[in-house]
Amino acid sequence: MTDSSTAAIPAPAPAADREPLLKVTALAKHFPITKGVLRRQTGAVRAVDGIDFTVNPGETLGVVGESGCGKSTMGRLVTRLAEPTGGKIEFEGTDITHLSTGAMRPLRKDIQMIFQDPYSSLNPRHTVGTIVGAPFRLQKVQTEHGVKRAVQDLLELCGLSPEHYNRYPHEFSGGQRQRIGIARALALKPKMIVADEPVSALDVSIQAQVVNLLDDLQSELGLTYLIIAHDLSVVRHVSDRVAVMYLGKIVEIADRDSLYKAPMHPYTTALMSAVPVPDPGRKERRERILLTGDVPSPINPPSGCRFRTRCWKAQDVCSTQEPPLVAAKVGHQVACHFPENPVLV
Amino acid sequence: MIDLQTSSPDAFLSVRDLRIHFDTDDGLVRSVDGVSFDLQKGKTLGIVGESGSGKSVTSLGIMGLHRSKRARITGEIWLDGEDLIAAGPERVRQLRGRRMAMIFQDPLTAMHPYYTVGQQIVEAYRVHHPEVKKKDARKRAVEMLDRVGIPQPDRRVDDYPHQFSGGMRQRAMIAMSLVNDPSLLIADEPTTALDVTVQAQILDLIRDLQQEFGSAVIIITHDLGVVAELADDILVMYGGKCVERGPAATLFQAPEHPYTWGLLGSMPRLDRELQDRLIPVKGTPPSLINVPSGCAFHPRCPYAELTGGRSSTEVPVLAEAAERHHAACHLPAADRHRIFADEIAPRL
Amino acid sequence: MFAYIIRRILAAVVLLLVVSAITFGIFFLLPSLAGETTDQLAAQYVGKNPSPEAIAAVKQNLGFDQPLYVQYGRFLKALVSGAEYKFGPDPVSCHVPCFGYSFKNHVEVWPEISSRIPVTFSLAVGASVIWLISGVSTGVVSALKPKSIFDRLSMGIALAGVSSPVFFTGALLLLAFHFKWPLFENVEYVNFTDDPFAWAGHLVLPWVSLAFLYSALYARLTRAGMLETMSEDYIRTARAKGLAERKVVVRHGLRSALTPIITIFGMDLGLLLGGALITEQVFSLKGIGAYAVAAIGENDLPKVLGVTLVAAFFIVACNLLVDLLYAAVDPRVRLS
Repeated sequence: MTDSSTAAIPAPAPAADREPLLKVTALAKHFPITKGVLRRQTGAVRAVDGIDFTVNPGETLGVVGESGCGKSTMGRLVTRLAEPTGGKIEFEGTDITHLSTGAMRPLRKDIQMIFQDPYSSLNPRHTVGTIVGAPFRLQKVQTEHGVKRAVQDLLELCGLSPEHYNRYPHEFSGGQRQRIGIARALALKPKMIVADEPVSALDVSIQAQVVNLLDDLQSELGLTYLIIAHDLSVVRHVSDRVAVMYLGKIVEIADRDSLYKAPMHPYTTALMSAVPVPDPGRKERRERILLTGDVPSPINPPSGCRFRTRCWKAQDVCSTQEPPLVAAKVGHQVACHFPENPVLV
Repeated sequence: MIDLQTSSPDAFLSVRDLRIHFDTDDGLVRSVDGVSFDLQKGKTLGIVGESGSGKSVTSLGIMGLHRSKRARITGEIWLDGEDLIAAGPERVRQLRGRRMAMIFQDPLTAMHPYYTVGQQIVEAYRVHHPEVKKKDARKRAVEMLDRVGIPQPDRRVDDYPHQFSGGMRQRAMIAMSLVNDPSLLIADEPTTALDVTVQAQILDLIRDLQQEFGSAVIIITHDLGVVAELADDILVMYGGKCVERGPAATLFQAPEHPYTWGLLGSMPRLDRELQDRLIPVKGTPPSLINVPSGCAFHPRCPYAELTGGRSSTEVPVLAEAAERHHAACHLPAADRHRIFADEIAPRL
Repeated sequence: MFAYIIRRILAAVVLLLVVSAITFGIFFLLPSLAGETTDQLAAQYVGKNPSPEAIAAVKQNLGFDQPLYVQYGRFLKALVSGAEYKFGPDPVSCHVPCFGYSFKNHVEVWPEISSRIPVTFSLAVGASVIWLISGVSTGVVSALKPKSIFDRLSMGIALAGVSSPVFFTGALLLLAFHFKWPLFENVEYVNFTDDPFAWAGHLVLPWVSLAFLYSALYARLTRAGMLETMSEDYIRTARAKGLAERKVVVRHGLRSALTPIITIFGMDLGLLLGGALITEQVFSLKGIGAYAVAAIGENDLPKVLGVTLVAAFFIVACNLLVDLLYAAVDPRVRLS
């Protein structure tokens, strides 16, 4: 953690003068609900319900939210593991929203995914060499010194030993398995990595190792990350920009410092105040905003602003008008009628 | 270090040199290897550690829930003047659910899917109150559900666990554990499966209920933030042993053990300026079959070489480092304080 | 819940239709695929040295000249409203439910099958009661004391049971308990309503030999299910409440462990009701299985078709029962 290593991390590029790597417009995914003898569709789970965002080359966009907010579905949509119901996904200017599996294949090289559970995402019957080498075979990529050498280089890059090539996943600890998953994702030199809860299944001391590894790989390989997580402190640590999701919508998206220093959406504020911190003195000092109740069902989300049923600032307008996601200041968009920390003009 | 006592100690719960070993085909697993602590009524003890540190095994040991013939349990567990290890399984069963109760990590799998929430609470109540009629027990269940903040408890009492949300389920679980007014409540990772806003609600609820009932609480977690919210005292476990123990305030301000430093350094923290980089603990947690010689932490400890070789040969004992604050480390206290002040504290 | 039941019943009906169509198709398509002409098919029903005219008449009367789906339609119609066949000098009638008419032996299929149902039913139900009680209880006790002497012994016997076919155990039992030491009477079917004791006494040997195989299977299944259930979190919760171990096992463990057993039991019982072929043969019982074997031996297509459909019906019906039972046991099925 010398100064030089921090300098190596590329500063987030200003969004205006570069074309975004990933551009998502009005993206939606509804899962139908059926009822009765004939299983007629009576409604839909609006897991993702119209979200817009961009990810610029070399930056990390963190997405936070509680379970059921649609963040994982969003990750599966942009990697096209799930079929969107509506909206548009553009990768490097190409519309990939409805590409078939075959048409998607060349793009799979550029977009890779890291999964949460390092135990179930690796085939227990395959050796590490087979797992990490699979992308080369699937994409029929030629390597300079053979697949084995390439895999061993990848293992080394991810902090594993090249001797691990012939071992099986069960011989590794959780943190090492996650490294194997990362090595597999990196095999084809992707441009973007979508990571869904990459560290939440790991022990605290191991989490930090993996977070640092992701950091190093980004600066070394110029990767772009979309990191989905429920842990606000992890997201703050890894992200350049952060999007907060609630019930299938992005309620706030902003540069990291702006978001964590002066969150504008009441939900973000509540979320942050709920995070327990290892400082016993703080529990007396701070005022905690305790949200009541649970997240409403995404089948019948509240009218207007979806957060209004749990919001202490809600007024009549919140139930009639859905607040649009608009820029409140430079690099900070929020969807709220009565934002916190408003900019005084 | 606490000496072994043969008479009952003053504390409400007193664990003395608890060892829980398991015979397995691969060898002897020393899950818990000499843990001692005291807990008074109305106080909360937080047990912190990573997976395999022995924290959950300790709590299940107190509850007498290690039934396997392969478990070897030695030491003393004094609950209100009675040694549970000497008392025998039938006596411990009578105390279980009545004097001491437990809530678990995942309330979905911890409740039986085929019985309603009400039936499960009624069952917990009537085990220890067989004379109470079903109707009255049901009233008690509704009352408890109401107390833990479940809306419309008289209606929800007939719902099945899968009809509850995660937070509601954990509330119901708490209602079930408190139905007999236990004086000791053990919460094993009670909020790990929950969302952060719901976690805050549940932690508040546990705190409120403790104040109301005055029971002793043990909270087991890997999350230092959660123990900081709740615990009066903290016990840090590593490789089946207690490596540090002390009041929450001093343990977080002036942690003594390099492993505790490692845990604190690994955590990204919302309440501090953004760290450039986290400081992870190198390596992985030890295998409990081949626990490293000497100090179990020495292969991962960045300061092991400062002990002049003792770290790999000699098991460190818990020694008082400050008032009520103990740590098991070979480094001289003065060196530790200097390292913490110079190297660790500025980076946290 | 209501919608669930209706949906399951509808699904069962559809399944039966599909099964009958496929069976029908196979039995009437296969001969033609094998090169047999409709003339040759019809010739089977006319007797020796038939005249071409007689063959043509039979072919027309029995509808062999029509496309398969028409024949299938006629078959279904006969099933619900009976049929008359112009065959021979007088028309023969086939009463509802008409599962076909054996032109070779000049009998209706259904009365023959229905008279045999009680035999197979008695055999299957009696054996299943024995194997459920012995298999499940052995499995539970084994699971509660894994690696104990009882566990090792019973699982050893279970392994022997799984690998002992009925024709072996059956013959052995007959030899030992009927011929050498005549503990049991000869095996035959006595109507339950006539004399329940004789009914049971005459069936003990086939029950035991059939149940031995299944007991072994069920003991192993129950043991595995029980071991898995007893390591569930909710069992730990039940113990943490201070429940006595017996209640933990019965109320919390057994109930979950038995649900998968229901599924398998439904399938096994359904299969057996369609005819316990080997057992019926070994003990010379005149059940559905023996009937099927005879029908195949005679190459009597209507009989084979009829018995196949009856067997399919039992399997589908038992599976329907399993589905409904599942909903009764597991609220997650009922309420989702």
